[in-house]
Amino acid sequence: MEKVIQGKAYVLGNNIDTDQIIPAEHLVYSLNDEEESKKYGHFALSSVPLEQAGLPGGRIPFIDGDKWQSDFNIIIGGSNFGCGSSREHAPFALEKAGVKTIIAESYARIFYRNSVDGGFLIPYESPIKLNDKIKTGDQLEIDIENNIVKNLTREEEYVLNPLGEVFPIVNAGGLFNYARTTGMIS
Amino acid sequence: MGMTITEKILAKSAGKSFVTPGENIWLNVDVLMTHDVCGPPTIGIWKREFGGQAKIWDKQKLVIFPDHYIFTADKYANRNVEILREFAREYKVENYYDVGTDRYKGVCHIALAEEGFNVPGTVLFGTDSHTCTSGAFGMFATGVGNTDAAFILGTGKIWEKVPESIKFTFNGKLPKYITAKDLILQILGDITTDGATYRSMEFDGQAVYDLSMNERMTLTNMAIEAGGMNGIIKADEITEAYVKERFDKEYEIFESDSDAKYHSKYEYDASLMEPVVAKPHSPDNRDLVRNVAGTQLTKCYIGSCTGGKLTDFQFAAEILFGNKVKVPTFIVPASTEVAKQLEVETFNGVTLKEIFENAGCDMGKSSCAACLGGPDDTFGRSVDKDVVISTTNRNFPGRMGSKKSEVYLASPLTVAASAVTGVITDPRDFIS
Repeated sequence: MEKVIQGKAYVLGNNIDTDQIIPAEHLVYSLNDEEESKKYGHFALSSVPLEQAGLPGGRIPFIDGDKWQSDFNIIIGGSNFGCGSSREHAPFALEKAGVKTIIAESYARIFYRNSVDGGFLIPYESPIKLNDKIKTGDQLEIDIENNIVKNLTREEEYVLNPLGEVFPIVNAGGLFNYARTTGMIS
Repeated sequence: MGMTITEKILAKSAGKSFVTPGENIWLNVDVLMTHDVCGPPTIGIWKREFGGQAKIWDKQKLVIFPDHYIFTADKYANRNVEILREFAREYKVENYYDVGTDRYKGVCHIALAEEGFNVPGTVLFGTDSHTCTSGAFGMFATGVGNTDAAFILGTGKIWEKVPESIKFTFNGKLPKYITAKDLILQILGDITTDGATYRSMEFDGQAVYDLSMNERMTLTNMAIEAGGMNGIIKADEITEAYVKERFDKEYEIFESDSDAKYHSKYEYDASLMEPVVAKPHSPDNRDLVRNVAGTQLTKCYIGSCTGGKLTDFQFAAEILFGNKVKVPTFIVPASTEVAKQLEVETFNGVTLKEIFENAGCDMGKSSCAACLGGPDDTFGRSVDKDVVISTTNRNFPGRMGSKKSEVYLASPLTVAASAVTGVITDPRDFIS
């Protein structure tokens, strides 16, 4: 597990549901095929309404043109991030697009589990609302060991909730790796 | 101190005598269900992680229903069904319900009930957020992603955090113009889309126990729309009558202790309730139907796990009988069994199917269809700036297809009344 995550923020609102993260019509592509699975990166966040895509101003595409990787690798959300369907394609699509971590006030249960158990990205919870403090494009640095976000653009610091009991699974890189380290599976 | 029904079922599954909310426990899973969207990636992860040793923990406990993208020319979608078919053949999965055969069922959550996989006191996981539907049978049922499902597929086990419970009690008697969909939309408006996140939603009260199993499933189906881990209704004689027709082994019935601890409690007088809708673009954006009456529509849709059961069509037929629809109205029976029932069940001596055909509805084949948009050629899919009223469970931006469309969620009575007039209409205009 990396000690520091650096990158550019992409800011979203509350209740970003999995249909906005990856619309249902795209759930047909292979997740195993390296080439085909890039489509998930390409269509990541493609159903977020334009005016809410990249706050505060909106209308900032998460993915440019026909690319499959984003210039933004840290998502800042509000409350109830990842609500809706159980599709693991959602954190998969974000990881494929290059997202390393999400910072939100709260998550829907299945999205949170999928992010952790699938080892796709780190779902951090913030004790305070951050999607009105951080702006899309801000340069951030996350200190994983100390649960601190530095906003290099605005010279601000925010504290994150510790990952708590899911830390061992995140640290192992997902549920299967974790179960192997504890001897639950061979 | 006492336990809730959910705590008791989880304790039993974990081999413990007592559990408390917040505790992480490992559960022994009774049934794992998957479908054509999440089955193939689940199988992919299972093979990758277990390698040559990959073994299904218990074939009898694995159930696979292709149901999402079935009647489409989309080559990727069809390839996913082919992957399931191959997997079922290679590993001799008996509980596979293949497309194009007599065994094909349609929407998984309704098929689970019809095929006898919903059993009181048991624990069911599925790769679909609406797996909570099965909680109508006094069991613990919840949705998970592909990785968790792959882990269950190989081990029969999964970790879960014991949820706190919220109790919703509906006292009194439901008026004829109110359905279970109105009850759950009412709750969603009250507690919002994350009001029950990581919590159990327990439904209770005379108005709930007066409901048929079909209607109870409408209630538990949308627990996930409030973020709920599960929705649950204690099994009673109505549950037992349904289960005993389809399941012939022993099972255990649990109920909450009178001194069980709840996160919160909500009480409603069912007799005072009014028909409601969820306005675009969130299931908690509740309003009274009469406040939005007159809104111009371009499509009406009756279908899905939550709104395509026999009772939903019985409600709709009451209003569509002898009437014509003013806007395209799509009828999608959730399962092939429901489709057969439409040909047999009657209202005023006419079969439901004939009532819908005479009213000018478009009849679709059993599957998830346009509830979640799907490939471009999906039956009933929203296009461009469609304004749809639908008995389905989600109206997020783009959910039924077009990102520009607007979707109102409502009861089958409200949708049928609106189909007849072409604008959103209170069902009390047709039913006193």
